[in-house]
Amino acid sequence: MRTSHRVMAAAFLATAMVASASACGSGFDDSPEQKSGPADLEILIGSSGQAETDAVQKAAAAWAAATGNTATVIPAQDLAQQLGQAFAGSNPPDVFYVDAGRFADYAKAGALLPYGNEIEDANDFYASLREAFTFDGQLYCIPKDFSTIAMQINTELWAQAGLTEDDVPTTWEELRSVAERLKAAGITPIVIGDTRDRIGAFMVQAGGWIVSKDGTKATGDSPENLQALEYVKGLLADGLAVYPRDIDTGWGGEAFGKQLAAITFEGNWIKGALQNDFPDVKYTVHEMPAGPKGKGTLSFTVCWGISAKTEYREQAIDFVRHMVSAEQQIAFTEAFGVMPSRSSLRDQYLDQFPNDEAFIAGAEYAQGPVKAPKMDSVLSDFDAGLQQLVSTDPKALLERLQDNTEAALAG
Amino acid sequence: MVLTPEAPPRQPVLDTVRPRRRRRRSGLNRPERIAGWLFVAPVIVLLTVFLLVPILMALWVSFTSWNGQGSPFRSGVPMSGAENYTRLFTQDGLTRQDFMTSIRNNLYYVLAVVPLQTVLALALALAVNQRLLKAKSFFRTAFYFPSITSSVAISVVFLFLFANSGAINGVLAWFGIDGPNWFSDPRGVLHIVLDTVGLVDITNPPAALADNELLGLSWWQWLSGPSVAMCSIICLVVWTTSGTFMLMFLAALQNIPVQLEEASLIDGATRWQYLRKVVLPMLKPTMFLVITLGLIGTWQVFDQVYVMSKGNPAKTTLTPAYLSFRTAFLELNFGSGAAIAFVLFSIIIGMTLLQRWVMRDRDDVRRPRWFRRARSV
Repeated sequence: MRTSHRVMAAAFLATAMVASASACGSGFDDSPEQKSGPADLEILIGSSGQAETDAVQKAAAAWAAATGNTATVIPAQDLAQQLGQAFAGSNPPDVFYVDAGRFADYAKAGALLPYGNEIEDANDFYASLREAFTFDGQLYCIPKDFSTIAMQINTELWAQAGLTEDDVPTTWEELRSVAERLKAAGITPIVIGDTRDRIGAFMVQAGGWIVSKDGTKATGDSPENLQALEYVKGLLADGLAVYPRDIDTGWGGEAFGKQLAAITFEGNWIKGALQNDFPDVKYTVHEMPAGPKGKGTLSFTVCWGISAKTEYREQAIDFVRHMVSAEQQIAFTEAFGVMPSRSSLRDQYLDQFPNDEAFIAGAEYAQGPVKAPKMDSVLSDFDAGLQQLVSTDPKALLERLQDNTEAALAG
Repeated sequence: MVLTPEAPPRQPVLDTVRPRRRRRRSGLNRPERIAGWLFVAPVIVLLTVFLLVPILMALWVSFTSWNGQGSPFRSGVPMSGAENYTRLFTQDGLTRQDFMTSIRNNLYYVLAVVPLQTVLALALALAVNQRLLKAKSFFRTAFYFPSITSSVAISVVFLFLFANSGAINGVLAWFGIDGPNWFSDPRGVLHIVLDTVGLVDITNPPAALADNELLGLSWWQWLSGPSVAMCSIICLVVWTTSGTFMLMFLAALQNIPVQLEEASLIDGATRWQYLRKVVLPMLKPTMFLVITLGLIGTWQVFDQVYVMSKGNPAKTTLTPAYLSFRTAFLELNFGSGAAIAFVLFSIIIGMTLLQRWVMRDRDDVRRPRWFRRARSV
């Protein structure tokens, strides 16, 4: 290996670098040229299963036939990763699902088109859901459906402890006393997930939250949050509540299905899971108990995001209009059992699914996920602290959350 | 050199007049060299395009604060210079704390796994190498089998084994031991040992350790040892990788001539002395290989963390590789994630060089007098 070889190798490497750098160095316009004529829309969805994929494809085909465009619906294997790749390659799909938890990151990065003001009946959608997709004062996208956390009670275990319908707790104090009665009867009272996505509901009930309403200020270290965490810590320390991992299950629904606990706090998804895996469990659903500041729960929702780089802006907005129309939302509800995000459809939905009253009632007072960019590591650090809530000082935990949130919001 | 009629001299007569350049060692002539390069070119191209170039691109990204929109090579991508790196070491904040936590976890993991797997692999190799052992190929296969099974599949199986009511706790119950909650116990092993012995109180650590910090973590946190959850991952990895290293030791053992063993027996050495003074020195190159591969592999642990625990409980199974992935792809902070990956790269290179220096051949080193006298006794 002499000098000539070294020179050759270096030249080869340099050429490769220059070639690859120039190949991906092309800039893109800030607002792409809009194409007229029939649109060819690419829609990327994070499907919950075959039923949802089929329903969305059917709806898209109907729209395409009616308007003379083409719409291709692609179910993603891993929506976040595929979207990330598409954004990095400057080739994002025209329409895609945006989870409320990721919304702020995408909105801040300028990946989304704020089309909320082009939807005429935007006020028909629940205010708390619209709030979850508002950034910088603009409604970026329309929520397609939602879930909220409610309280599920195992009626058999309930009766075993000598409790009746009247004993269903509606306040924190009642929840605690019911739990004590269950424990005295030898039943594990409550199983609750060990993350902010469950315990956060108590924070909302006490009147606090991790960030302010507009997502610009950190409010983690507040007396309301402290009250909530101390309440939950008390339940855990006294053996009135357990985490799913401690009883060998993956999540609250599994523990509830295996009848290891009488009460759990989960969202709509528990219906399908129990039906599939634990069909024998008899249970009822109620709204979560109210805290010092009243009722509160968490909502999880997804919206139809339109890419800021799409070349078919008008057609994409028309597509979304079709997908969130009342008829289409009812069709989706029947196909794969989600709750419609239009408040005008509430009564129609309850006629069909009377058991979901507690879930849908939550839409009035639910808090969406933290709507601030770059909060992922802060929130998972908070979750790590919540996992050790029994042995940690809640005040120290909240102070840490406050410091980290302030650092994330500033930088 | 004798010239035979069938082998005419390579050098033409003219070369005695003009001195010829020294012939290349490989003895290939020009067409053969070109053919060689042509054969190797496809692989070089593939490696360059899919390995080297992405690494250089990632190095570039680690000096930016690219947000994932569009190409990181276009103009206008915000540059952050070395800030991604300094934030990991000097700036007090969550980034540094997470990074140091991952380094601490991985350090204990390495300290536990590398010796255990080396010793276990050597023991298995010695066991399988014995002349008197029947069904050698069965044992070889059985010990090697975990190495070739998918790490994801093994991780899932171990999740069941180490569940609170799983097989491991069941076996411990036979001995009257109440097994811990393997995957939800964030306490470090050192902390538990010190607590049981009574030296410290785990819920109220000594102020000297808990209040003083090094690089974002208190001394008490640095001295936690691997957590109980990490121990289950350690068991998994030791079990999985011993097979591969067992094969390497086995190959080296089978290279030791039988005459050496017989000679040592004749000289009156016991089995233990034979092992310690003859076999182990002869295995030194293989030992170096096994330890180096072990170091590289353990610092890169990712699959098991991703499948089993994702850093939980309480970030005690968080490792730099997983932190890099999470920072870049889940938090969309690509610059910081790339910086973590390159710091990990330099750690691995540093440790490998250090290990190479420690294990170098020291034929001419003059040891101090007291050392030589002690050794000669």
